[in-house]
Amino acid sequence: MVFQKLTDLRQLKLMANTIRQDTLKSLLEAKSGHTAGPLGLADFFSAMYFNILNHEPKNPKWEFRDRFVLSCGHVCPVQYTAMANAGYFPKEELMTLRKLGTRLHGHPHNGSLPGIENSSGPLGQGTSQAVGKALVARMDGKKHYIYCLTSDGEHNEGQPWEAWMFAAKYKLSNLIAFIDRNYIQIDGNTENIMPLDPLDEKYRAFNINTISIDGNDISAILNAVDSAKKSGKFSMIILNTIPGKGVSFMEKKYEWHGKPPNDVEYDLAIKELSAERQRIENESF
Amino acid sequence: MAVKILENIYEKVDKVPTRDGLGKGLLELGATHPEVVVLCCDLTESTRVQWFAEKYPDRFFEVGVAEQNMAGIAAGMASEGKVPFIASYAVFSPGRNWDQIRVSLCYSENDVKIIGAHAGVSVGPDGATHQALEDIAIMRCLPNMTVLSPCDWIEAKKSTFHAIDNKLPVYFRLTRDKVPVITTEDTPFKIGRAEIFRDGSDVTLVASGQLVYEALIAANLLQKEGISARVINNHTIKPIDKTTLINAAKETGAIVTAEEHQVIGGLGSAVAEVLSENYPVPIKYVAVMDRFGESGTPDELMVKFGLKSANIMEKAREVLKMKK
Repeated sequence: MVFQKLTDLRQLKLMANTIRQDTLKSLLEAKSGHTAGPLGLADFFSAMYFNILNHEPKNPKWEFRDRFVLSCGHVCPVQYTAMANAGYFPKEELMTLRKLGTRLHGHPHNGSLPGIENSSGPLGQGTSQAVGKALVARMDGKKHYIYCLTSDGEHNEGQPWEAWMFAAKYKLSNLIAFIDRNYIQIDGNTENIMPLDPLDEKYRAFNINTISIDGNDISAILNAVDSAKKSGKFSMIILNTIPGKGVSFMEKKYEWHGKPPNDVEYDLAIKELSAERQRIENESF
Repeated sequence: MAVKILENIYEKVDKVPTRDGLGKGLLELGATHPEVVVLCCDLTESTRVQWFAEKYPDRFFEVGVAEQNMAGIAAGMASEGKVPFIASYAVFSPGRNWDQIRVSLCYSENDVKIIGAHAGVSVGPDGATHQALEDIAIMRCLPNMTVLSPCDWIEAKKSTFHAIDNKLPVYFRLTRDKVPVITTEDTPFKIGRAEIFRDGSDVTLVASGQLVYEALIAANLLQKEGISARVINNHTIKPIDKTTLINAAKETGAIVTAEEHQVIGGLGSAVAEVLSENYPVPIKYVAVMDRFGESGTPDELMVKFGLKSANIMEKAREVLKMKK
């Protein structure tokens, strides 16, 4: 059965809130993992798994599904949470994150969890695999899209640039890539570690259809994907996100890149997110 | 019992590069296996995938000089049902894309075949940077990987057809220079099965790649000294044929390994791992002794690094002295 998409913006925003809360809970339970990136990407994952993707969570190998390739594997807790909420596996399983015997490894493994299209973790590797998938879809005359999420720190590696050059050369218009532009990586601010700006100009110089948006704005994400599909070119959507989004003391702090909350921090975070949930419910659209 | 190989190889041999065998094998596979695609990193002619590219242009992809990207794109294509062969020089692929091979291919169980051309000292004049002498070591330590080092072009061609049935990554180690043709179309070949190419009872010479020929020449000359040397063509370095090796240890009591690779981590190490655990006997190694290569003709380098039949004979005499 084809997945019933959420088309109402309020529902998508509420789902993003659910994803944030569930992700924090799984990180608290795991006692290790990445927090800032997943929180910053909750809006994107709500949009992706509940509106953009054509998929069947109960039939993860469905031939005509869109492919979602996660290249920055360390943000996987937010993908796992989105997948569980979409029905790929029971939500209770989120509490096994990073534990012995789990299907939810610290970095995703395609052979462990149905619905995970590729193993990732070593940065850059998903980009080329997304390109390969797009190439095959075009060779075989398939109509599905390939979506690939990368991070900004990931672009310190050479591999994404190699992959994008190839995608532009072969005009892979069925490939839509995203970059989580949150300006943080493990050792600090991306512009101190290895400057990437002006990122949009770099992509345009690669002959890539480049769209820069507020990555925490779900309607902007949906509009950008529509625009990418109409462009007839390989597209890169720059998601300007706030790392740690939704939890005031985590926002824009690179210290939260690679650590989980403790009990006190978790309670404070959930309090803030519950208040935000209330606000979304009362919001007029 | 020795299998049938080409007759009269001790008097005269033809020479053909093993890369030609894989190139021809791919061309035939192209007709029978529409899922086969080929990717190359700006070395289309010299890796011999040009033959496939000319006949099947829609299934050939030029990636440019980007081996990591090539491995990743191939992994993505394999995950969607294609069987990609990726071609470059062995120093670059698997030399420069080991992590992509480890994660995107092996860990992810993506069925990609790696053509490592110009391996060993066979690029000769190009010098040390281009001589892959560590490729077997870095490939055989990976779970889900099969490592093949064919002894001649006919075996390389056969290995292409057999590798397609193996649904996991395979690494083909191939040579640039012409190497002696010693097998026929009828010589048995099966991945994971070493073949006895010459019977013998005093010592066993276990070789791979073009060193199989050198081992046969050595065995023929040792015979004149009254030493009976068995020769094993160990084309599959992983998974290694334990039975044939253990039987050789039991029946001859001494082993010499011979390969065009560093002594650390290659065929010799693989043989020692099997025998030390199952049936320890003295072993001597003919290999590159923990040093980098240099410019020279392939044959000059083989002599300088001690990879010729004379070196194998010397090691055989030495190992016999260690035998109880």
